[in-house]
Amino acid sequence: MTFLFYLLSAIMVISALMVVSTRSPINSVLALIVCFIAMAGHYILLNAQFLAVVHLIVYTGAIMVLFLFVIMLLNLNKVTIPTKTSVTRISAVITGGLFFLVMVAATRLTFEIHPRYPFTNQIGLVSEVGKTLFKEFLLPFEVSSVLFISAMIGAIMFGKKDESKKL
Amino acid sequence: MDWTLYIYKTIFLVIIFLITLVVAMYSTYGERKVAAFMQDRRGPNRAGIFGLLQPLADGVKMFMKEEIIPLTANKKLFILGPSIAMTTAMLTGVVIPWGGTLTIGGREFSMQIADLNIGILYVFAMVSIGVYGIMIGGWASNNKYALLGSIRAASQMISYEIAMGMSIIALILTSGSLSLNDIVQQQHGMNWNIFYQPLGFLIFIVCAFAETNRAPFDLPECETELIGGYHTEYSSMKLGFYLFAEYINMFISSAVIATLYFGGYNMPFIDQLGLSPNVVTLLGSAFFFMKILFLIFLFMWIRWTLPRFRYDQLMNLGWKKLMPLAMFNIVATGAYYYFTVLI
Repeated sequence: MTFLFYLLSAIMVISALMVVSTRSPINSVLALIVCFIAMAGHYILLNAQFLAVVHLIVYTGAIMVLFLFVIMLLNLNKVTIPTKTSVTRISAVITGGLFFLVMVAATRLTFEIHPRYPFTNQIGLVSEVGKTLFKEFLLPFEVSSVLFISAMIGAIMFGKKDESKKL
Repeated sequence: MDWTLYIYKTIFLVIIFLITLVVAMYSTYGERKVAAFMQDRRGPNRAGIFGLLQPLADGVKMFMKEEIIPLTANKKLFILGPSIAMTTAMLTGVVIPWGGTLTIGGREFSMQIADLNIGILYVFAMVSIGVYGIMIGGWASNNKYALLGSIRAASQMISYEIAMGMSIIALILTSGSLSLNDIVQQQHGMNWNIFYQPLGFLIFIVCAFAETNRAPFDLPECETELIGGYHTEYSSMKLGFYLFAEYINMFISSAVIATLYFGGYNMPFIDQLGLSPNVVTLLGSAFFFMKILFLIFLFMWIRWTLPRFRYDQLMNLGWKKLMPLAMFNIVATGAYYYFTVLI
């Protein structure tokens, strides 16, 4: 189990680095897909089979397909990274370093935090997720679904042809 | 460690793997025979008796042909495409219950490789990853026709996945479980889900045709418009992998349909026969394979009967007809359970 954890983590970190380091967008997308599949593996290690499969269906199966779609249709495979001036580079290094500092400080603190609810290995199974969503978090769940519907209607409005201009 | 279980699972996995390959191989033969019968021809009859060695001859032909990778193609992705298509097609069979339990030497062995408690969602996950095989292959070919074919395939699969998932929600409402083994056990005898979910079954089977890219939904490889669709540039065994993956998908989706709607390994009147449990299990598996073979025949029957859809008709059917129907099915099932079971 520990071996699997380290293997999946290594795959995830390497593919996540590849997402930002490869020059062609299509390779970035493929690396991100690998990263997501490894993340689904982590969910399975936590015995959260439902979350793992939903993660695969939603992120890997739907969202990344749309990403790939856009890149293929716009033919973004040409390397279009502009050369940057030294000012941009130096500022990028400083900002990145500062961000890294904040992250290290944050992770140092997490060792002292004790989880409010103890971890149970039932937490990611479908019945538990369902009960939690529909009992404890019913209102946030319904509100977020309303948010989704409004986003969908917005997308349809954008995609709709303008009938008045057609004539 | 429980070694007998590991050894049993490994052997069983290999057996299922081989059965899948053999069924897919002979589906190609079956398809040509069915097509020949419908068009009043003889079909393949040269290799072996009744042409039974034809699939082997085809396989050898595929392997021996020259392998061409176009110069302008993205070589790595060009190879990755068929590999993904084949791998995801083979992975789906893991969760299907191929039979009940066998008792050998006082120990029970389940005829299912993995009884995941989210089995049906696992099938969906594999189907949705399978899209990448076609998309990556079509894009990496660096050919307009291949790209058009792969984009058609991907948009078709995404569109029909929605209606398919919704038709399954109504089924889950009746079964109360996502595990395929539980769903099969609830259909004991003749309590097949098709009698309780006829509309859901219709939606599911139409979507299954679209997901496997078979006629009348074979627009991704529509030869009159797109030459060969996404596999235009492929040759040799890579083309073989794409074609073969289609037949494996057909076999697996027939197995899923038989599991979900036709009672899986359940036989009618099995309790009245008074046979020993092991015989019942084996008979059940045989009956399950008969159902699968009939459904494969149905796939072929429809392919050689119906003409191909036009692209806008396909999208209209998926989004404007099947999806509202599936929603209606969910609401109707939910209302039925609310007013009869719960009160």
